[in-house]
Amino acid sequence: MSERNDHKVVLPIGPQHPSLKEPGSFKITLDGEKVERAVVEIGYNHRGIEKACESRNYTQDLYIIERVCGICSHAHTSCFCQAFEDMAGLEVPRRAYYIRGIVGELERLHSHLLWLGVASHEIGFDTLFMYTWRDRELVLDLLAQIGGNRVNYGVNTFGGVRRDLEADLMQDILHVCDQLEEKIKYYADLATTETTLIARLKGIGVLTPEDVRHFSAVGPVARAAGILDDIRVVEPYGVYKEIPVNAVTDDHCDVYGRTLVRVKEMLESIRLIRVMIREIPEGPISVRAPRKLPAGETLRRVEAPRGENIHYIRSNGSDMPDRVRVRAPSEANWHGMSYMLEGFQLADVPIIIAAIDPCYSCTDRAVSLSSGRDEQIASWDQLRLFGIEQYKKNGIDPGSIAIRPF
Amino acid sequence: MIASILKVLLFPGLLFLGVYSFVLEFVDRKVYARMQNRKGPPWYQPLADMLKLVGKKVILPNNAQKFVFAALPTVSLTAVVTAFLCAPVWGMQAVTAYEGDLVAVLYLLSIPTLCHFLAGYNSHEVYSTIGAFRTLTQMFAYEVPLFMAFLSPAILAGSWSITGIAAFYAARPLYVLINLPAFLIALLTSQSKLERAPFDAPEAETEIVGGALVEYSGRYLAYFRATAVSELTVMASVIAGVFLPFFTGNGAVDFALYLVKTFAVVLVMVLLRATMARIRIDQTLKFFWSVLTPVAIAQMILNLLLRGGLGL
Repeated sequence: MSERNDHKVVLPIGPQHPSLKEPGSFKITLDGEKVERAVVEIGYNHRGIEKACESRNYTQDLYIIERVCGICSHAHTSCFCQAFEDMAGLEVPRRAYYIRGIVGELERLHSHLLWLGVASHEIGFDTLFMYTWRDRELVLDLLAQIGGNRVNYGVNTFGGVRRDLEADLMQDILHVCDQLEEKIKYYADLATTETTLIARLKGIGVLTPEDVRHFSAVGPVARAAGILDDIRVVEPYGVYKEIPVNAVTDDHCDVYGRTLVRVKEMLESIRLIRVMIREIPEGPISVRAPRKLPAGETLRRVEAPRGENIHYIRSNGSDMPDRVRVRAPSEANWHGMSYMLEGFQLADVPIIIAAIDPCYSCTDRAVSLSSGRDEQIASWDQLRLFGIEQYKKNGIDPGSIAIRPF
Repeated sequence: MIASILKVLLFPGLLFLGVYSFVLEFVDRKVYARMQNRKGPPWYQPLADMLKLVGKKVILPNNAQKFVFAALPTVSLTAVVTAFLCAPVWGMQAVTAYEGDLVAVLYLLSIPTLCHFLAGYNSHEVYSTIGAFRTLTQMFAYEVPLFMAFLSPAILAGSWSITGIAAFYAARPLYVLINLPAFLIALLTSQSKLERAPFDAPEAETEIVGGALVEYSGRYLAYFRATAVSELTVMASVIAGVFLPFFTGNGAVDFALYLVKTFAVVLVMVLLRATMARIRIDQTLKFFWSVLTPVAIAQMILNLLLRGGLGL
């Protein structure tokens, strides 16, 4: 037993622990029930995805990228495909964008339902866990109908999508949306009325807007602090250029706010799916893509269910990428974890960890700390100015983005 | 003589307790599963689980005191089984009834909780130690309202034996309504005593991996499980005897009534378990001390006044 001289206990949560769905280690120094210090150690699940991508050609990479995440596989391929299409100068058919959008929103639904289940299990509310996972099956069945698989549906390909949505399949989707809407409204009602649920979620894992900016948190964690960082809104891509998304934010800044954001996002996803199915144009679903990319580099962002997903490709003109960088949203959210845990109770630790919807295997990277040849250190202000310049080149004025004053 | 030995050993004593505990555990698990939209286990699952566990290897932690580690499960099971003999099952008369058995039952039912604490503390493991201290903390939270809730009907009835209380209220069924707040407190505190959701912080699986009993295995864990299951039966029986004393005078009909009453109590407890999140240990303390204890005190004062006022 790891007890120290000052009678403080170091409680290991992980690498193997019932509250963790993937291996990760949290060393919690306890003062009674209070968390005094939390040390986060990740890296138990490093798979060398980026390196694997660099030693294969782009078509093979797509299969690897599909498997970066076991939940948001579509968001990763969407991002990778967009980066590829950007560099190859491909004109993707509109119908393909719509199908990507529909599958992406279905994925968001199943990811958020999964999260709601996991979160309620962490706070010992197993009934809600069973309910949400039952409802998630509806979405997974749909995804299996669309792509043939429940998780890695393989819908995306360079230059479009691989699977078309037939009319009766779209009817099925609408039907499931009707069923789900009713249930999600019930969960939204539950989240605002169930006393024990609110008692467990409110006021813990606080990350104020200042903290969010300091730790660069993304996704529902940032939106729960009132910072609108939804890429579908601030930098629309694909179908979202035509169908605007109603941004969801919240002012609670805590785990409760993150729950509300996710529940509301599910309702928004259902609305988006309905609009997309109504507006989907006829036409081809893909164009022919080249095997090689011209030399150059590109970086694309996509809103995954967990937040901003960034893919970077550098090409040297061959059929294999020179460098691939995947920044999964969980990677950005880990930085604030110790800060979020400290000062709260041991009982809050699992739900605070779960509240960022962590994805360990997406995140784990090998980092080399030795300095490179032409190292350059830019200050935040320089980086910001550089970013604004880049956006203006793409025709987007970041000045129009609403930034919450504080 | 032989008749009373059979009463203790077979019916309504130990054998009945064993069988009925399995039935109630099955009801608990099945209804819980159906409330969660699951299929639930088959009827023999509790028995199968127990047999499997008894046959498993026992692993003793190196730095635990071996004798204490092995004795605690037996002690707690014995205490619970002894308590059952004072609950009326067949008719109004319990197997052993004496003035003061209600207090004895409540103390006997505290022993498993203390055994849990000692078991966790003796395991010398970080999860079990935290679980042990949470068990003890929770005990300090619920013990006072629990005692007051059970003693309030006794004060009104002027008897300290469960059988005596049952006889008093059976003669004046409407008086049961006076004890309604105490009944609700008894249900909530029993839920807490049995460490069931929403008061299962001492064994929170997602935080401390099962709490005090994390180092237990094999037949010792089986005895602790048997204790928990029998405790549910005993609590339900005592609640049925004290707060739902409706009798007809016919032994068999009363037995059927007993089954209905205990089923009802267990169903309410399952409902509580299924519809709430686990509350934190500090929230548990706050809830018991600032909500339930004042109500329990008020109930006690009311019953004391009524005892004088009604001229009993």
